[in-house]
Amino acid sequence: MNETPESQVVDPGIDEAIERLTPEQIQSAVQRVLTKESAARLKVYLDTCVRCGVCAEGCHTYLSRNKDPLFSPVAKVKQTVWELIKRDGKVSPEELKEMARIAYTECGACRRCAMYCPFGIDISYLIMQVRRICSLLGVVPLYLQDTTNSHAATMNQMWVQQDEWIDTLQWQEEDAQLELPAARIPLEKEGADVMYSVIAPEPKILAQLLGNISQIMTVAGIDWTMPATDGWDNSNMAMYSGDFEIMGRVERLHWETAARLKVKKIVMGECGHAYRGAVYDGPRWLGWQFPPIPMVHAIEFYHDLLSSGRIKIKQKSTKHVTVQDPCNTVRGLNLGEKLRYVVDALCENFTDMTPNFEHNYCCAAGGGIINCGPPWKRSRMLSNKVKAQQLEATGAEIVITPCHNCHSGIEDIIGFYDLGMHTKFISDILMETMEIPAELKGSSGE
Amino acid sequence: MYELSRGPLVWIAFAIFFFGSAYRMISMARMARKDKVVWPYMRWGPGLRSILHWIVPFASRNMRLRPAFTILSFLFHLCLLLTPILTVAHVMLWKESWGVSWWTLPDTLSKVMAVIVIVGALTFLLRRIANPTVRFVTSASDMVLVVLVMAPFATGLMAFYQVFDYQTIVIIHMWTGAIWLAMIPFTRIAHMLFFPVTRAYMGAEFGFVRGTKDW
Repeated sequence: MNETPESQVVDPGIDEAIERLTPEQIQSAVQRVLTKESAARLKVYLDTCVRCGVCAEGCHTYLSRNKDPLFSPVAKVKQTVWELIKRDGKVSPEELKEMARIAYTECGACRRCAMYCPFGIDISYLIMQVRRICSLLGVVPLYLQDTTNSHAATMNQMWVQQDEWIDTLQWQEEDAQLELPAARIPLEKEGADVMYSVIAPEPKILAQLLGNISQIMTVAGIDWTMPATDGWDNSNMAMYSGDFEIMGRVERLHWETAARLKVKKIVMGECGHAYRGAVYDGPRWLGWQFPPIPMVHAIEFYHDLLSSGRIKIKQKSTKHVTVQDPCNTVRGLNLGEKLRYVVDALCENFTDMTPNFEHNYCCAAGGGIINCGPPWKRSRMLSNKVKAQQLEATGAEIVITPCHNCHSGIEDIIGFYDLGMHTKFISDILMETMEIPAELKGSSGE
Repeated sequence: MYELSRGPLVWIAFAIFFFGSAYRMISMARMARKDKVVWPYMRWGPGLRSILHWIVPFASRNMRLRPAFTILSFLFHLCLLLTPILTVAHVMLWKESWGVSWWTLPDTLSKVMAVIVIVGALTFLLRRIANPTVRFVTSASDMVLVVLVMAPFATGLMAFYQVFDYQTIVIIHMWTGAIWLAMIPFTRIAHMLFFPVTRAYMGAEFGFVRGTKDW
């Protein structure tokens, strides 16, 4: 295997885990995944790939690493899946370590390369098979595995206990009431129109977002609720660590919680992978063709509130903004036009990125990469120089990022490349610009 | 030797090609049932839309990003598929054997198309060596395959111009052609069979499941 700067990273989740492995264990996990768990797609993709290398153009890692041949999508498959198949899983723990590094930290499963492969080969699916093997063997970056452990133990990503969850919601409700006396966060309201679900980092480190949504829901007059029980977290890092059993449990509980509350739909906060987990990967693992209740992403929700006039804009933001198209909601859900409708409704000075919509470059944080934690941050920054150049070309001061991974990842890029910008959620700007109806201002709560 | 090549060899090659292809496609469809997420999401409408955007030159962004490669690749594949079917000498053989015939290419055009295949194949070989990204994922078998694809066209041209001993060249031409045909289902040339399927599936994943486009 070739040397890269990343080989100096120390990650106990990988380094110490491989010391406990025997070649026989590795082979048995490889065989389980590549012969029992996967079938037609794996086989046909491997037989169809003609090694033309034109997928390289699709990958931000490759483009950011000065077109280093090691980082093209097909090269990542060559160094992992091809090798595992060629040698029938007989690889050493050291070699598995390299494969784990490639699969977890150099591919964000953004699926852009699938749009650049003439055959439509789903390269990120192949990489996910490698993560699955690593996960079965317990070879997972430590920080990422911690989130999976948290999902398993608490059913949310960040070890939030139930009392902390409820307390945070009540604290944020009170905070919201300081601004808007009528604001509520209705807990456990059976039969509400909407169950609002968030990712665990919101109560843990970005609690003000919960206060914000309380005000937005109140202004829009939405009949909504949040669960007081587990099942409130719509995030799913187990999906990216390769622990699909845990992924399935998390998604099942999320949907069952919505069913228990008898809501008409779930509205989710500004996060991309949570949509993917809840609507695509989770149901597939559970054997459901589609989810049982509609799930509306925040972008679409805000679009509907603005276009229907339920929320009016007092004064548009004058700041120069650009917008990040997240992989899971633009490439994965076609919300690009609605996202621009929202941005145009909120901001008067908007410059789009190039390339944009489904061709936008990945943030290099999603797909579990940012969750691999501080040891891999420098690598993650080097892998997204192309995003820094794309951001700089817009000349904007605010990057609207309707996804938590994009939000944190791009803020990191901005800092590392010293771009002098900041990331904001749609809801941040909505809070600055929306008109509060007079009747809501005066009262002192319901 | 000529009679053997002209007779049984060609039919064996065609049989291997047809039955081999059928076997590959059927076993793939079966495996797709085991891979439980393929059939439930397969939709031919979005699938065909995706195929269309990838068989029309410059209809996808990646094709527009690399115009020279796109033009060469399309010409190569077009000539590769059409020349053997529409060359006068080939159609005459069908007529002799089965009494069927169809429209043929003018000889000059046939020759030009064969040259395009050879030039295309040589460029692909050169690209495999000169482009580090492609070289990294290239193995010897990729090179051999390109040479094998090119061989019937080179020998066909040689036969046309009667270079070397005509009889020998024609026999080599037939053998390389037969090997090429028989290898389609069992080597990476199978991408010819699988292209519509992988493309359609991804087209359905993007177009039907996600409401987006993959070009």
